[in-house]
Amino acid sequence: MRALDRKLVRDLWALRGQVFAVALVVASGVALLVMSLSTLTSLRVTTEAYYQRYTFAEVFAGVRRAPERVADKIAVIPGVQTVETRIAALTTVEIAGVREPVMAQLLSLPEGREPLLNRLALRAGRTVHPGRDDEAVLLEPFAEAHGLRPGDTIGVLLNGARRPVRIVGIALSPEYVYAIAPGGLMPDDARFGVIWMGRDALAAAYDMQGAFNTVSLTLLRGRDPGPVIAALDAILERHGGTGAVARADQISNWFVQNELAQIRVMATILPTIFLVVSALLTNAVLARLIAIERREISLMKAFGYSDLAVGWHYAKLALAMTAVGVILGWGIGAVLGRWNTELYSAFFRFPFLFYRPGGAEFAISAAVAMGAGLVGALWAVRGTLRLTPAEAMRPPVPERFRDVALPERITSALDSPTRIILRHMLRTPLRSGASVIGVALAVALLVTAMQWNDAITLLVRGHFQQSQHQDAVIGFLEPKGPAALHALHRLPGVMAVEPLRMVSGDLSHGRFTHRGALTGLPEGARLQVVHDVGGWDIPVPPGGVVLGTLLADKLGVVPGDRIEVEVLERDHPRFTLPVAAVHETWIAMPAYVSLSTLNRGMGEAPEFEYAMLRVDPAFDQALFDAVSDLPGVASFTVKRHAIEKMFETLGDTILIFSGFFIAFAGALAYGVVYNAARVALSERGRELATLRVLGFMRAEVSYILLGETALLVLIALPVGCLAGYGLVALLVQGFETELYRLPFVILPAVYGKAVAVILLASVLSAAVVRRRLDRLDLIGVLKTRE
Amino acid sequence: MNAQAPAKVAGYVLRARELTKIYGEGVSAVHALRGVDLDLKPKEFVVFLGPSGSGKSTLLNILGGLDTATSGQVLFDGLDITAADASALTRYRRDRVGFVFQFYNLIASLTAEENVALVTEIARAPMPPAEALALVGLASRAHHFPAELSGGEQQRVAIARAIAKSPELLLCDEPTGALDSETGVTVLEALERVNRELGAATVVITHNAGIAAMADRVISMRDGCIAEDRANATRVPPREITW
Repeated sequence: MRALDRKLVRDLWALRGQVFAVALVVASGVALLVMSLSTLTSLRVTTEAYYQRYTFAEVFAGVRRAPERVADKIAVIPGVQTVETRIAALTTVEIAGVREPVMAQLLSLPEGREPLLNRLALRAGRTVHPGRDDEAVLLEPFAEAHGLRPGDTIGVLLNGARRPVRIVGIALSPEYVYAIAPGGLMPDDARFGVIWMGRDALAAAYDMQGAFNTVSLTLLRGRDPGPVIAALDAILERHGGTGAVARADQISNWFVQNELAQIRVMATILPTIFLVVSALLTNAVLARLIAIERREISLMKAFGYSDLAVGWHYAKLALAMTAVGVILGWGIGAVLGRWNTELYSAFFRFPFLFYRPGGAEFAISAAVAMGAGLVGALWAVRGTLRLTPAEAMRPPVPERFRDVALPERITSALDSPTRIILRHMLRTPLRSGASVIGVALAVALLVTAMQWNDAITLLVRGHFQQSQHQDAVIGFLEPKGPAALHALHRLPGVMAVEPLRMVSGDLSHGRFTHRGALTGLPEGARLQVVHDVGGWDIPVPPGGVVLGTLLADKLGVVPGDRIEVEVLERDHPRFTLPVAAVHETWIAMPAYVSLSTLNRGMGEAPEFEYAMLRVDPAFDQALFDAVSDLPGVASFTVKRHAIEKMFETLGDTILIFSGFFIAFAGALAYGVVYNAARVALSERGRELATLRVLGFMRAEVSYILLGETALLVLIALPVGCLAGYGLVALLVQGFETELYRLPFVILPAVYGKAVAVILLASVLSAAVVRRRLDRLDLIGVLKTRE
Repeated sequence: MNAQAPAKVAGYVLRARELTKIYGEGVSAVHALRGVDLDLKPKEFVVFLGPSGSGKSTLLNILGGLDTATSGQVLFDGLDITAADASALTRYRRDRVGFVFQFYNLIASLTAEENVALVTEIARAPMPPAEALALVGLASRAHHFPAELSGGEQQRVAIARAIAKSPELLLCDEPTGALDSETGVTVLEALERVNRELGAATVVITHNAGIAAMADRVISMRDGCIAEDRANATRVPPREITW
């Protein structure tokens, strides 16, 4: 080993505390990057392989009832590769020992052959035998939630008739990677499942012999689904088509892709923060080392080492520090990446999971981190190049402080230790600024991580508690008339009933179109209200439509404009509606009209498909039983369950993620504060030892050393709270989707908690440095020059 | 300070007996002091001479409460320094002893007056910083930072800082070691003046035998022992010293 390299190794060891602090910050950034990128790659590769292997369709459409020969017309649409028709229905299921209502999506399987599209990944048992009308395959998470296995029997309501069905297989499907009930926000495997049965059985039950009510397509390679969807809608319109969607809008796939997009946002913003700070830290450590080694540098130059060789020597030190962090970060990132990917598999159900980090994420993270380290190093190393050998051999002149002389009025009011603190801080504004930035970013990260929980709580509350006052919703297979409301009133425990109708439709204004739904509420509705997140309710207008702001923006309308509606049901009636009001929402892009307006538009008598119930909880069970006996019920949702499930799921994931971020941000703060204090100690060790000789107590000397660091942290705290506010705003914007957006809310307690964590990390690192004060060499300072 | 503290030793500021200091152990042990006895009287100006390694700095460090003796005893105005704990030693340095260092050790971020105030703010019975600076002839430079002062001026600020607490003992370790002779003289004049006007017992260690002429007593050290302890009949003013 060359002598200079040996020096390098010893310098690293001597600086181990600071090397560790820098490495910790680098490692956090690298770990976050590796974790995000490897999760991203794994989920993307897994999804693509799954979709391909099990022939996930590219276009999906629903229809009221279309004869099978329509499929031939669809097959000749230019660009279509494969067509498969199915029968689908929503229903309720009875499972032994389960007293709560359970909903299921029924889907038909072709008789005697494998499906062409959306093939099942069979996990246990077999598929349905041809001709058997009492066999079913269950979606795996649903089966798991109830402990069901092949051989077990469940009761399925087939078009109102209860039928015992034997489970013969358990499967996963690319259509249900994210198995969510219609209108739901989160998978609830115990209360919503998918059941596949033979086509003949479902055709018989739902009067669909020689007909279908859903169709899926794949397209020729590289075809744009747009024109195919338009052609498909045109063909299905006269059969009651409900509007086709491309794979991108298929609900399960939408959630998967949306999650990938969010991980991408995270992978860009968060590691950047750590790597910027690590560059600043590397710079501070190196600049100080170079200041201490003035004599050594001049000696090296006097011996004939070139500027480049000397500069490279110190750059290598920076790279070595970074490398320690990179290796540490790789390890943590790989573990977290696998863990994170597995965590996702609790929501996203794949038959296989490819966690094979390709190496790219490791290479990228190392390159980015090393680049940041080098930038920090170059800046510091520039100083060595300016030193001439002779200059460096002379003792350094005392630092000049005239430039930062504070006004007399201020200094005379301070004691000497405080004066020392203030003047040092002002003399190195860049370095003080870097420390403030580092700590502030740590605060910002914490604010961001800690507000997620509040934001989602608010979102759930706004959705379920402020706009929905019902306890349960019953969905019917066919629209019901007003007489049905009276029947519902007589159910046990029911205190109030209100109807609701939801029809899917294309809402358009000029060239803007949104494929969504119109929700019809009775005028003066009290169980479901149009709630603005600002905290007020908007009455259901007698003639117009109330839009969510996101939808109004998408269509480019303001109150007073008119929108066109094409209902994607029945005979596809078209009508226009004036925009009566716009309201702010977190979830979905709602469009509310009065029930009478909707029915009029549909050209039908007063009808509804959903009934909202207010229920006395004491009668829960009696009501469940009564609803099970009710004919024509497609769904029964209890709001309480939906909320509980949501918080349960979120609690598991958000809290774990917040935990990570608290650890990472704590590491960031520790690294910054420790380095600031260590550099200060190195610069001022001689002064501090002098003060000890002059009779200053340990506590008094500690005040001078740590006071500056404490002051920097105190300045950083409000700056960090502001930065956190900005970061949250940035992420809220980055995460906004058509389906929901996160409320921009930061409760005061979040700032408090973030500040507390940073103070704790600061105190910890200060305590580590403080111990070194006890080892100051009091005698050495008497005899040595700086 | 201590219930069992020996009674004050009348007529002496400080009395050391049988002081030994051994660094290291076994074969590598270095005997820095080998049984030194020393008495210092109030107002006395004492110069320690001796080559490097003779033990004079070690002795100064022990007298100043910066280092502990391996054995022996130092009594300062009834306080047994050799038995005092770290916090008592800090108080001792804070209130009773002034230090002047070879390399001044001023705080770069404080002006001359503030460097003095640093000590007066914590001492028991300090004089005003301006008065201390006037004593060393630097009243006009009070608001300058160390970087704006010459070496001699910096050292005189250090002396002002050392005496502003009105110490009973002033310890100077090579106070002119980093200065040229002309500047050195101004520093020695300042030391002579504060010794005369404030009456603090002053100990100066130096390589420079010429300085011995301005002392009341000259102590030469060799190999950790006092080799010679002689009194000067008259003190020569620093101006007349030849280097």
